[in-house]
Amino acid sequence: MVPSESALAVPGLDANTIPLDVYRIREDFPLLKREVHGKPLVYLDNAATTQKPQAVLDALMEAYSGYYSNIHRGVHWLSQQATTAHEQARRKVKEFLNARHEREIVFTRNATESINLVASSYGRAFLREGDEILISALEHHANIVPWQLIGEEKGLKLRVIPMNDAGELLLDEYPRMLTEKTKFVALSHLSNALGTINPVKEMIRQAHERGIPVLVDGAQSAPHLKVDVRDLDCDFFVFSGHKLFGPTGIGVLFGKEKWLDRMPPYQGGGDMIHYVSFEKTYFNEIPYKFEAGTPHIAGAIGLGAAIDYVRAIGMDAIAAHEHELLEYATQVVSQYPEVRIVGTAKNKAGVLSFLIGEIHPHDIGTILDQEGVAIRTGHHCAQPVMDRLGIPATARASFAFYNTKEEIDILGKSIQKVLEVFR
Amino acid sequence: MSYLQDLYQEIILDHNKRPRNCGKLDCATCQANGYNPLCGDKITIYLRLEGDRVQECTFEGNGCAISTASASLMTEIIKGKTIDEVKELFERFHDLVTGQEELDELKTGLGKLQALAGVREFPMRVKCATLAWHTLNAALRSEETPVSTE
Repeated sequence: MVPSESALAVPGLDANTIPLDVYRIREDFPLLKREVHGKPLVYLDNAATTQKPQAVLDALMEAYSGYYSNIHRGVHWLSQQATTAHEQARRKVKEFLNARHEREIVFTRNATESINLVASSYGRAFLREGDEILISALEHHANIVPWQLIGEEKGLKLRVIPMNDAGELLLDEYPRMLTEKTKFVALSHLSNALGTINPVKEMIRQAHERGIPVLVDGAQSAPHLKVDVRDLDCDFFVFSGHKLFGPTGIGVLFGKEKWLDRMPPYQGGGDMIHYVSFEKTYFNEIPYKFEAGTPHIAGAIGLGAAIDYVRAIGMDAIAAHEHELLEYATQVVSQYPEVRIVGTAKNKAGVLSFLIGEIHPHDIGTILDQEGVAIRTGHHCAQPVMDRLGIPATARASFAFYNTKEEIDILGKSIQKVLEVFR
Repeated sequence: MSYLQDLYQEIILDHNKRPRNCGKLDCATCQANGYNPLCGDKITIYLRLEGDRVQECTFEGNGCAISTASASLMTEIIKGKTIDEVKELFERFHDLVTGQEELDELKTGLGKLQALAGVREFPMRVKCATLAWHTLNAALRSEETPVSTE
């Protein structure tokens, strides 16, 4: 078995973790106070995107109304202010991930773009025909399709680490799939469809034994678990700002300096250059080499504010609270014999995918919505996961630190309603 | 709860539970596949035409209650109709579920399809109700590429 992950908060096990005050925290989120269909909103679609605390909204407002300007090139005061704020946000991301240097933090649009950047740039530089890329059966489409695109271009083979019915990767199979042909491994840290936490630290160690670099898709883990890229020793780590209580349109790529330095630019344009002539262009240093054009300045600043916000609560406290919610929700929905939980991995975070009898998840979603309960239904951009489990879709409740047990009780009562409609 | 009751009427629940004309039609003269990427609903429509008249129509696939009931009701109502009549019916049905027209204007001649009028209060579910019809259209055009509601 794989040893426990020191890079992950083992939810609820740290005796020093101070429980968070969820009712006080909810006061920070204006949207959570609203009603839907005349009922208090119960927002359980946090794996899709998260709501924003006032601190993030204020930071955006302040950025646009206080010191907005273009960054890096201006000599005027506003530009210096905006540049400082933007680069401060980069430092916050660096600290959040415990990266070695800000040079290792590239701002992108989202986790998807970060993966595309790596697939395209690393792929062009280092991958050759016949090479194999290893991903897992639990991947989101964002960590499948970019590899297929570069794979088609370069003649690469995509191989998939299988999983069991509980939604756990077959870790005995994994080392056998790391062959001399394997040139890259890309793994989801936390499955968006099933909630499985993959033992990525150990999987990275095994890949590194064979000299294979690893990308970790942290779109779901960064907002919910403590992440330490140095402890994980991953070569790349990606996440999206909007799932971390920050703005949309801003994401992060962490990459080890040794790789980013040697990788070609992803896009060309302004800001990513050192010197341009019609004969030859010299590229800027990292991370700017990968940030062509005017970036999402306010978005980065908003993400910085979101990071400040979650760090003030504490990632351990967040993970512990969400773990408690998951356990409670699992109990609540299990009271109904018609409910089947999809994804029963031993190591799981705040995602509860489920089915109710033969009722289609889409119908479940509509009925829950009428009760003010927002969940996601469908394949969750993970069609191969659904195919593997032989189901077209699931209903998925996903939790954040601002959710309460009372909300889960409402989820339970709403499931009762679904059963009444379809009795 | 009333919008919900309108949506999940008894007849809808019945056709979802016991869909009519469900299964492959071996003697089909044309068929088409439909797919709704939003919720993963898949459907195949089989048609047996004689001249321009629908003699038989069946469907296979899996989908939500709205999509299954809509397909089931559709296969019943189009039987014996000409292609032009079917197309006209689809237009009116489309107006019914998208809320284009006042309900009273639309109800005549729609028969059991009226049961799907509740969908107009749920814009996210319109595609569920129309998937079978879009696929039927594709079958009539004998298209080979799967249709998508996107």
